[in-house]
Amino acid sequence: MDLRVNGEPHSLDLDPRTTLLDALREHMGLTGAKKGCDHGQCGACTVLLDGRRVNSCLILAVTLDGASVTTIEGLSHPVQEAFLEHDGFQCGYCTPGQICSAVGMLAEADGASLPDAEIRERMSGNLCRCGAYPNIVAAIREVAAR
Amino acid sequence: MTTTTERAVGQPHRRVEGPDKVTGAARYAAEYQVGDDLAYGWVVQSPVARGTLTAVAVDPLVEADDVLAVLWHGNAPRLGKADDPELAVLQNDRISYRGQAVALVVARTLEAAREAAASLQLAIDAEPHDTVLRADHPDLYTPEKVNPDFPSESSTGDVDAAFAGAAVRVDVTYRTPALHNSPMEPHATTALWAGDDLVLYDSNQHPPGIAATVGALFDLPAARVHVITEHVGGGFGSKGTARPNAVLAAMGAKVTGRPVRLALPRQALFSMVGHRTPTIQQIRLGATADGKLTAVDHQAVGHTSRLFEFAEQTAVSTRHMYEAPAVRTGHRLARLDMPTPRWMRAPGEAPGMLALECAMDELAGSLELDPVELRVRNTGFDSYRKCLGLGADRFGWHDRDPRPRRRREGDWWIGTGVAGATYPAMIQPSSARARRQPDGDVEVSIAAADLGTGARTVLTQIAADALGLPYDRVRVRIGDSTLPQASVAGGSSGTASWGWAVTGACRALRESGGLDEATFDSTALVEKLNQEGKHAFGAHFAEVRVDAVTGEVRVSRLYGMYAAGRILNPRTARSQFIGGMIMGMGMALHEESVLDPAMGTWVTHDFAEYHVPVHADVESIEAEWLDDPDEGLNPMGSKGIGEIGIVGSPAAILNAIHHATGIRVRDLPARLDKLLPSL
Ligand code: FES
Ligand code: FES
Repeated sequence: MDLRVNGEPHSLDLDPRTTLLDALREHMGLTGAKKGCDHGQCGACTVLLDGRRVNSCLILAVTLDGASVTTIEGLSHPVQEAFLEHDGFQCGYCTPGQICSAVGMLAEADGASLPDAEIRERMSGNLCRCGAYPNIVAAIREVAAR
Repeated sequence: MTTTTERAVGQPHRRVEGPDKVTGAARYAAEYQVGDDLAYGWVVQSPVARGTLTAVAVDPLVEADDVLAVLWHGNAPRLGKADDPELAVLQNDRISYRGQAVALVVARTLEAAREAAASLQLAIDAEPHDTVLRADHPDLYTPEKVNPDFPSESSTGDVDAAFAGAAVRVDVTYRTPALHNSPMEPHATTALWAGDDLVLYDSNQHPPGIAATVGALFDLPAARVHVITEHVGGGFGSKGTARPNAVLAAMGAKVTGRPVRLALPRQALFSMVGHRTPTIQQIRLGATADGKLTAVDHQAVGHTSRLFEFAEQTAVSTRHMYEAPAVRTGHRLARLDMPTPRWMRAPGEAPGMLALECAMDELAGSLELDPVELRVRNTGFDSYRKCLGLGADRFGWHDRDPRPRRRREGDWWIGTGVAGATYPAMIQPSSARARRQPDGDVEVSIAAADLGTGARTVLTQIAADALGLPYDRVRVRIGDSTLPQASVAGGSSGTASWGWAVTGACRALRESGGLDEATFDSTALVEKLNQEGKHAFGAHFAEVRVDAVTGEVRVSRLYGMYAAGRILNPRTARSQFIGGMIMGMGMALHEESVLDPAMGTWVTHDFAEYHVPVHADVESIEAEWLDDPDEGLNPMGSKGIGEIGIVGSPAAILNAIHHATGIRVRDLPARLDKLLPSL
């Protein structure tokens, strides 16, 4: 199967049970997307699939022939700098997912105003056990206001 | 040498490893590329809570091409003696709890390992189990010590007489459920053998401790086990000592001759790596009519396992928190057919202060005295008094109507609550090395672990000041057991302990008259230090609204004021404080490991069932602190800040719920089903 990841074409021969997350982490050496639950419950594995945010642990890679995936490694977005400035993480394990989710969410909002409550609601699929939530929201708020 | 007068300590430096964490470059234990022959381990867990495993049958048709090994006690390599019996994995036929590791599958692919593990046939003689903690459990006993090394019981004065004679009395029982640390990164190890030496990429809070523990199991000195722990995706106590994943990965690698990666699935974290014991706590408070405590009695019941005694120090902070002529505390445990409870963020203080601080609120109600004032009247600690006073001002406490169930806006009942916080200032021996580089920069090394605390960053600040160098001329290396030995990242003691060693090494280098390298070991100094009676304090304030129709609780404001030594980096410190407070909110409102007594285990075993706070739960949350350096404690004047945020914040929320609704929830978490009947 063929997959475009962060702009690069990849030709892969995968077990049909392999998830997109495992394909990235175990077969392509892209470990930026994290495995927090493997069940679609935490958002740590969030990547952008054809521009939309998805839980990569819930998608079988073989269903994605011809698709285009962006992971944290391929991202260059003001949200990343804002996370540094607002200390939007502690351990960093949820962070790639939070950032990919934020980037996807900002695209979904498409310029609509995003009060804090709206940002929180839209980001609630991304858990952070370190409790960096207020800082993550501050980072996203800053970028959304631009 | 360049010198600078601008101190790095106290500056809000960004995290050193931040750029790696926001680009995906930071590597965690399961993410190292260690060769083409990497194999995957999958743990098979016991489906019963008590019994013996008599045989394991492998279906030869399942994943036959890819399975490399199936290990169980019938064929697993023999391990050396384990101080922690939970680490003696696959060594005998006894099953001591549901979810215990009973077999390990190693396969060429993750998918094959998982499939083969699911297909194993386990022959088990199951026995009746006992997994329910009760205050009248017939086997309750008093442990000799409680964690880490406190006497189990304490008594001053005649508590029974003082309580009987008190003008105002409160006698209440609070219950907290089993809780799970649930770090976002599941426990994981990538193990490989290099000749007879063992290399472990492992997610933990104490690389040298893991090296020593795992080494002993494989008859290796610690120096021959290399533990690499560059980044850790949270631990909150659950990675403080080695867990079975490290041992199983090393065993799998030994048997197959390949590197083995073993990342526990999320579900396994709910049985294999520890939890906070459920507690049943009886608190009795007696006071004079003007609100002076005369009697304090705190008796806590918890559980331990059949394998290993862990006794949570639930009532210990009650020994110092308030002054009263008669104070008594005690702990009793039941040995259950359950996994061993372990450290979870502020073990002891978090559940214990929930009960004490809610009981204080009940006492204030009986006395018709302001709950802040009641605490001020009864503490002997000036810094705690200041946190209460200043915190109350900053929060806007004073314009509240003290009577419960008075403030209603639309469908919402609104209320505010307060609770105190305390955490001991602990310091442990550590060593560090400072080495001058050819370009004049200095590399500082210590085998510490940064779980997201900001340790790397703060140690860089400490080193820069001790060297008299600008911050960007110092590089700190941590996360490797072969570096100078460091204490565990636990007990909120990391920065104080490691910072002391780093300061010593850097000063020694600076004063060495041109040497290229200096080392420092703080052991002798730390052993001389009197740490008794040294605590950080805080005051938490909460405002909640409770939906009168649905019972939904929202925490609209959570505020903490702390006196916790010198704050070394306000940016990362604030994150630690609010992170603890948010976990406290989870404890108050969401988190509960629900036991099924028939199955003998918790049925909540993933994030769909074990609810931790999410973005939408967290509204306004703020932490501030007093300038409170304690120069007598360590060269930085710092105290630990990683845990105090979870101490008292749940009680502040429960007290606010009572103020809003008049309903006193004494059985955590305060879910809507406990509020609805009385709303
Ligand atoms: S790992 Fe995919 S949602 Fe948790
Ligand atoms: S930063 Fe640790 S889980 Fe979010």
